[in-house]
Amino acid sequence: MGWIGETIDSIKSIQIRQLLTQAISLGMIVTSALIIWKALMCVTGSESPVVVVLSGSMEPGFKRGDILFLHMSKDPIRAGEIVVFNVDGRDIPIVHRVIKVHERENTGDVDVLTKGDNNYGDDRLLYAEGQQWLHRHHIMGRAVGFLPYVGWVTIIMTEKPIIKYILIGALGLLVITSKD
Amino acid sequence: MHSFGYRANALFTFSVTALAFICAIASLSDNFSDQNPSAEIQILNINRFKKQSYENDEVSLTLDITADLQSLFTWNTKQVFAFVAAEYETPKNSLNQVSLWDAIIPDKEHAKFRIQTSNKYRFIDQGHNLRGKEFNLTLHWHVMPKTGKMFADKIVMPGYSLPDAYK
Repeated sequence: MGWIGETIDSIKSIQIRQLLTQAISLGMIVTSALIIWKALMCVTGSESPVVVVLSGSMEPGFKRGDILFLHMSKDPIRAGEIVVFNVDGRDIPIVHRVIKVHERENTGDVDVLTKGDNNYGDDRLLYAEGQQWLHRHHIMGRAVGFLPYVGWVTIIMTEKPIIKYILIGALGLLVITSKD
Repeated sequence: MHSFGYRANALFTFSVTALAFICAIASLSDNFSDQNPSAEIQILNINRFKKQSYENDEVSLTLDITADLQSLFTWNTKQVFAFVAAEYETPKNSLNQVSLWDAIIPDKEHAKFRIQTSNKYRFIDQGHNLRGKEFNLTLHWHVMPKTGKMFADKIVMPGYSLPDAYK
């Protein structure tokens, strides 16, 4: 109970200057995280250089909660590559393997069909109405590496947003009440 | 400097860094393994070869696939994804790759195998270019590690061809 009294005392004794200094330090931490994220986007050439696996359609290779590192290069898309793509009208990216490629002679445009390793049928059911093939602009990157289990943090924060608020609240309280 | 909070924080940071380091080393160790897989594919039979109602050729074939992928497995391997694709060229498309069959190989014991199977996925062309077409059959494999970088390679087997007339 003395801890609560201490916390209230420390909140009362905050000076404006100290508060501003802490606010700026916090801002700098957030900004450097953002800089690192954007730099990663530049280096890997992909709009989201790290994605979390949300479904079991690529098991046993990728389980729900794994994170994938993506890279996008100008190299042509070939069968067997694991690609991450966005279907028009849906905002959740899908990570599946390319099973068919038809590349045009002159323009280099390509028709691609994908399928999840653990799914029975190909992805035509997932594509937009009337769409039979994916094209290059749908594809956000190729998976080049992965880390197991790390993505669970993101999944928990998305599915139970209350935990996100609790964490941010606790962090905010820590920043305000710490003496340095 | 000696409160529980500081100690817990230091411990947590250290263990996360150590874990990341171990994962990176595990992934790097995969580069040093010596790999020499081998494979052979025979076409046993062309079952059906026809033109679909909207002008695309379709082939159904039976394949006999023999492969030894045991040397691809290291201690950091979770599974190997193997698939056979037919690759050919047409006037409209400079490259067509159609996956005919795939399998997930979970461990070293299953990596040496021989199976006879008809194609799992339909071999459909964009057009009607398949009569008398010569194509390569390629066995691709994709090594998926327990942690770290994935890598893939293939064996190309040229010299297969389809009959000159529909069947």
